[in-house]
Amino acid sequence: MKKFHYEFEAPYIKKAEEILKLKELEASEKEEIKAEIAEAEQMLEKMRLKTYSNLTPWQKVLLARHPYRPRTSDYIEAIFTDFIELKGDRKIADDKAIIAGLGTMDNFRCVIIGHQKGKDTKENILRNFGQAMPEGYQKAVRMMNLASKFKLPIVTFVDTQGAFPGEESERHNISGAISLCLKTLSRVPVPVVVVIIGEGGSGGALAIGSGDRLIMLENAYYSVITPEGAATLILNDVGLTENAANALHLTAPDLFDLGIIDYIIPEPLGGAHHAPALVTGRVRSKLLENLESLSKMSADHLKETRLKKLLQIGSYDLDIGGEP
Amino acid sequence: MKVNDWFSIKRQKDPQTKDPPQEEVVCKACKKKIKQAEFIKNLNVCSHCNYHHAISSRKRIEITFDPTSFTELWASEESKDPLNFTLKPYRETLLKAKEKTGLKDAVICGLGTIHRIKVVAAVMDFSFVGGSLGSLVGDKIAALGLVAHERNLPFVIFTTSGGARMQEGIISLFQMAKVNAVMALLDEAGLPVICVLTNPTTGGVSASFATIGDIIIAEPGALIGFTGRKIIEATINKKLPEDFQTAEFSLKSGHIDATISRQEIREYLVKILDYLAVR
Repeated sequence: MKKFHYEFEAPYIKKAEEILKLKELEASEKEEIKAEIAEAEQMLEKMRLKTYSNLTPWQKVLLARHPYRPRTSDYIEAIFTDFIELKGDRKIADDKAIIAGLGTMDNFRCVIIGHQKGKDTKENILRNFGQAMPEGYQKAVRMMNLASKFKLPIVTFVDTQGAFPGEESERHNISGAISLCLKTLSRVPVPVVVVIIGEGGSGGALAIGSGDRLIMLENAYYSVITPEGAATLILNDVGLTENAANALHLTAPDLFDLGIIDYIIPEPLGGAHHAPALVTGRVRSKLLENLESLSKMSADHLKETRLKKLLQIGSYDLDIGGEP
Repeated sequence: MKVNDWFSIKRQKDPQTKDPPQEEVVCKACKKKIKQAEFIKNLNVCSHCNYHHAISSRKRIEITFDPTSFTELWASEESKDPLNFTLKPYRETLLKAKEKTGLKDAVICGLGTIHRIKVVAAVMDFSFVGGSLGSLVGDKIAALGLVAHERNLPFVIFTTSGGARMQEGIISLFQMAKVNAVMALLDEAGLPVICVLTNPTTGGVSASFATIGDIIIAEPGALIGFTGRKIIEATINKKLPEDFQTAEFSLKSGHIDATISRQEIREYLVKILDYLAVR
């Protein structure tokens, strides 16, 4: 069992550790100890179900941020063969908070773009905790154009708390970079499948988080702002973060009901990090299924359907005096 | 209302000019006093320091378009509460904003002429919930883009916004993608998109249609940026330069084409449209 856990998991983790200790006892072969262990394990299972079966929105946000949660690189490794990473925005730098490249999944040769968080502190510093600068979004635009030119479907992995709020970010036009991503991605003549694997934070997530199909992990979240941000901004009280998480409708089932996402990928109890291979496998099947159906559509049909899908989000059925 | 009805409705009165004018106004920037009449004549620009104070969307329309040429579209539409947002009751927020401003929401969209050049135009209004990008605001701007596409007209937008509308959550966020997707259609059709950024233009609006124009200009001194200064300072633990995220900073950094004083924007638009508008 890994060492990191959240407060809400603590009683369960503590119990699990107690059982481990019991098992390590020299006397663990004795019948009475065995019985004790069996009883404790039954209780542990109940605790596990109680802890993870009915997660609150805020608890889901925590799991989405879990340090051991599978990263974009884990999905790429598990799902694609012959991955070639492509780097740089051709202008300023290579932003390591977004990784991109070419990869193959069965018959599909794809362009892959994803936010990349680190697996430990050292990598997180290198990756800037998955918070990209304009350079990262310019690299993403480069990849979208590459996909358009060579007619390769695009698969994106969304996992960021948001674009990096820094001085250089603004100086290098983070607004313009995100805006260009949105515009470019909306009109690529190839299928776009988005997988929201962890955090879907604000414009920095949306920049690569809109497409023909949106697949979302059960414990991922996607929101206009972090719950902490909403609590601070709306109520001026970061202590009300849990209330904000409830109000924002940011969980996968909420977003499914609102018509934002198309599929929810179930996670093992406790989160994707408890069985990464299971989760990456499920994502792979869903990606394949969708790429297969989308690849049958013509470029024009894809673009038209994608536009209509966006126009329906928050639609007031306004009369534009003719067909769009 | 049908688009065909344009030119048929007279401009509505600016609700913010109903109150009897006061004698003097104190400039928000230099704190000097300006005579009310002079202030209004100057379009709310300080005659001492050139600080551009906010103006209402109605006033903006009045000073930009040929007299009686502007016809508002979808004027009676009102925002829904798609999330049933109760953290701070959204319906109440909307009600108060409507009472305060006399507006239905944070954008007025319509058709009009500028020096006899037909355009579609969206004019945002900061006084309505901080000019935030609710679904109605997004939907109207997107629909207006479709009108431009349908009728082969240039698209002009005056932005002022704090960004996304938190109370509409993800629906608000996706308006950014929706409007930009329509803007992409205008690119393909060879139709001009002109953005005029006014104080402030930040967050989700700056990261979508405000920065998508073929031409982007800003009023002097306007705050333009994605993330708020305080958040950036807290993140990087450093004091930011005085001119950070101003229109002048944007110009220097290569994000916009020009800063243009309020009094000269109409003339600038005419010149640009003369080059780019489809005839």
